[in-house]
Amino acid sequence: MSVVILLMICSICVAGGFLVAYLWSVKKGQFDDLEASGFRILHDTKPVADKGDFQNSKIPK
Amino acid sequence: MQLERFSYDNKIVKWFAMATIVWGVVGFLAGLLIALQLAFPALNFDWAPTTFGRMRPVHTNAVIFAFVGNGIFMGVYYSLQRLVKARLFSDLLSKIHFWGWQLIIVFGALSLWMGYTTGKEYAELEWPLDIAITLIWVVFGVNMFGTILKRREGHLYVAIWFYIATWVTVAMLHIVNSIELPIEFMKSYSWYAGVQDALVQWWYGHNAVAFFLTTPYLGLMYYFLPKAANRPVYSYRLSIIHFWALIFIYIWAGPHHLLYTALPDWAQSLGVVFSVMLIAPSWGGMINGLLTLRGAWDRVREDAVLKFMVVAITAYGMATFEGPMLSLKNVNAISHFSDWTIAHVHVGALGWNGFLTFAVLYWLIPRMWRTELYSKSLANAHFWLGTLGIVFYAVPMYWAGFTQALNWKTFTPEGVLQYSFLDTVNMIAPMYMLRSLGGLLYLSGAILMVINIWKTVAKGNFQANEEAEAPALVKVEAHKGEHWHRFIERKPLQMLFWSLVMVAIGGAIEMIPTFLVKENIPTISSVKPYSPLELHGRDIYISEGCYTCHSQMVRPFRDEVVRYGEYSKAGEFVYDHPFQWGSKRTGPDLARVGGKYPNSWHFNHMYQPTSTSPKSIMPRYTWLLTTGIDIMRTPKMIKGMQTLGVPYEKGYHNRANGDLEIQAKAIAADLVKEKEIQQIMEFEGVKDLTYTKMVALIAYLQRIGTDIKAVPADAKPIH
Repeated sequence: MSVVILLMICSICVAGGFLVAYLWSVKKGQFDDLEASGFRILHDTKPVADKGDFQNSKIPK
Repeated sequence: MQLERFSYDNKIVKWFAMATIVWGVVGFLAGLLIALQLAFPALNFDWAPTTFGRMRPVHTNAVIFAFVGNGIFMGVYYSLQRLVKARLFSDLLSKIHFWGWQLIIVFGALSLWMGYTTGKEYAELEWPLDIAITLIWVVFGVNMFGTILKRREGHLYVAIWFYIATWVTVAMLHIVNSIELPIEFMKSYSWYAGVQDALVQWWYGHNAVAFFLTTPYLGLMYYFLPKAANRPVYSYRLSIIHFWALIFIYIWAGPHHLLYTALPDWAQSLGVVFSVMLIAPSWGGMINGLLTLRGAWDRVREDAVLKFMVVAITAYGMATFEGPMLSLKNVNAISHFSDWTIAHVHVGALGWNGFLTFAVLYWLIPRMWRTELYSKSLANAHFWLGTLGIVFYAVPMYWAGFTQALNWKTFTPEGVLQYSFLDTVNMIAPMYMLRSLGGLLYLSGAILMVINIWKTVAKGNFQANEEAEAPALVKVEAHKGEHWHRFIERKPLQMLFWSLVMVAIGGAIEMIPTFLVKENIPTISSVKPYSPLELHGRDIYISEGCYTCHSQMVRPFRDEVVRYGEYSKAGEFVYDHPFQWGSKRTGPDLARVGGKYPNSWHFNHMYQPTSTSPKSIMPRYTWLLTTGIDIMRTPKMIKGMQTLGVPYEKGYHNRANGDLEIQAKAIAADLVKEKEIQQIMEFEGVKDLTYTKMVALIAYLQRIGTDIKAVPADAKPIH
């Protein structure tokens, strides 16, 4: 069953990688605003000429 | 604030959309054919490429990697550009990605039809194609991470996290599970053997479901559902929790595919615990999806896109509730090896993946072609045909699964098995027919979609490059401090780098167990390596896809031990590269078939299954009689096995064909004694049976599971 070691290492590496990514994302404020983030994707970024509502996309977080 | 003008690449999205439609229809057709084959065995057409054993991998690979695969790339490439407000990293890489993936699909299908397979479910493609998949996956990764890197939006929307997790984990799974020893072009042996191979395979198999069929589609759900409903996801917070909880739990659940097998108990229990935990994040995601439609349910009544999405998300919820239930040992004891599993995966595949793909297509195509959908009523008809199709597919399969599994376990009051295996198969034949009807309905719906999209495209005006405008990232975030964004921009690259390092570590660590080869020393001393002829026979067994219908794993239950024989021990499989435990018993288990029947029985059974087993649904394997084994390959096979730690004597590869001839001649001589067989030989124009595939396969079948019969006292399970 030594292959378990391989699978464990791979799984832990990936999980560890994701843990680092998670800590990074928290620290960098990725989840600071859980309201606007959901709304932002609804606004497309058409050029002014297309009179899209790109204004909204510029609102700083 | 400096606004930058750029454009989104719609062309690559269009190509992937077309590919997912075409391969979807192909995959559904292949599925319909194999479904019908179980009800009407004549549809195997007595021709090798169309037999169930070869068509089933064609179906699964077409649906998973061609239909869903292209669906992923379509959705990711469309949404990623808009989420990060940047064009894809490289148009050239996009093109290489597209054509590379389609070539892999075409050559994959051809190779499966020709009988080239590794014999590991959902990882059947042989080593040259494995390498091609790896390369194209890297191209996809570079293109994706490159795009994230040049983004104009600081925040990574939750969908992007799902895409990143998909890429990283699939890369690792594919590489670890595909480590194999090529012995020639298009032929390799799995590096792992027996129990170890089983564990790696189902660690892969389970996570392929998790990270190929689930996480990328959750990413698509989190983008396309809010877009289609024109309202933000119910709770962005919940979506974040959904993501992180899901990926941390998913990768540990693989062993639930091997409950009651020869896998050590602790590994089985670990798999069960994590599987049960999975229900929380999965249902969190489902609820989040459904509640996104709060206050918009009136639009669900009108809008086919939303209808498809609602059923898709509901199917996701049902499949992810059922999954943890199926991983409970007492439930699994009934469900495993039965059609229940087939029902379960099709709720996921037809409902979740299929319907979400259709929803995205119906939403995307009119947008990219700047027109309205050709016909809303056609789309609605598609929805109802598809939904009915799922019901007519799943209900009969659940029914068949319960019925058959319980019949397997039924004893008469006298304490003998009530039903022969064949009885239990024939009893569920009507269910197989109903299931085919479900498949037909689903396929008809998909054809309506093809027409609808064809017409939409014809009247539309495709916009290859969609103009967009957004401020550069640096301006938006400047107030937060100096240069910190450099770090954020580098981060995806760092993540990519570290994931590659991890994969590399994984690959290196893989060598260690094999060099230690402790596991390759049999714990049961009577278990010996296969003879050269048996190895050839085993290759034929793999090549014909026998494992798609026959398991080689007797679980420690009374009915199985009575029906098949002594339950399977881990130590019996140490020379099995790859393992062939199987996952479905459309036919009976073969773990103890060796010595059960005379050689002539196997001959007649393979030539015409109904001659020995009336009403059998097994295809005929007439070409086993008219095609021969390639004895030039024997030395390479032996040397390959030696590399993998199988203890053949040094230099045995030179003598192997001598032993092969002796064994083959003995079996052939035994066979031609039968008058019936002589007649068949005359009819087929075969003069000498010695080097036929038939003889090699019989040699293998007569060997399976016999080693421990010799010295039963020696057998002990490793736990």
